[in-house]
Amino acid sequence: MNVTDIFSVIFCLAGLFFFCAGTVGLIRFPDVLSRLHALTKADNLGLGLMVIGLLPQLSSLTDGLKLMLVWGLVIFSSAACSYLIASQVINEQSLKTPAPPSVESK
Amino acid sequence: MITLLIIASIALAILLLLSLLFVLRAPSYADCILTTQLVGTIGVAILALLSVIQDQPYLLDVALVLALLTSITIVTFTQLRGKSQ
Repeated sequence: MNVTDIFSVIFCLAGLFFFCAGTVGLIRFPDVLSRLHALTKADNLGLGLMVIGLLPQLSSLTDGLKLMLVWGLVIFSSAACSYLIASQVINEQSLKTPAPPSVESK
Repeated sequence: MITLLIIASIALAILLLLSLLFVLRAPSYADCILTTQLVGTIGVAILALLSVIQDQPYLLDVALVLALLTSITIVTFTQLRGKSQ
């Protein structure tokens, strides 16, 4: 194993740790919004570490650019989708518990 | 190094299985969509690992399509649920 292989293995194992943290957060956290918080942060960090670890192993420059493009797309879509899911959850919760009448009278 | 990368991809597949088992007893609709996002992210990571393990660069294209389809799926299902209410 040379230096780049050790670099790749260290970063891939760090990414695997963050993926484990995200999945355990999804299964164990009590609330929908806290589960959303666990997923959208830990998983993107894990994927980013894995991409950094895999970059020196690729054969050509275009493959590296493609991998960076995948990472950017995942981060961008995860930010937008977490906003959509959170707004939908908040809408459902506000439909379940109607606003108290004292707020409307003021 | 290839062995360690294979072990990492097997561990990611086990995490994928755990999250799919979570769907079976998911408490709400939003949890299913959350699991869709988790499955998409783990799938992209597994495909990137496999493209290095098997030395097949076209798997990166599959990872790109999977990332795109995951985001489109989540947007579609949240908008469908919002319209039906």
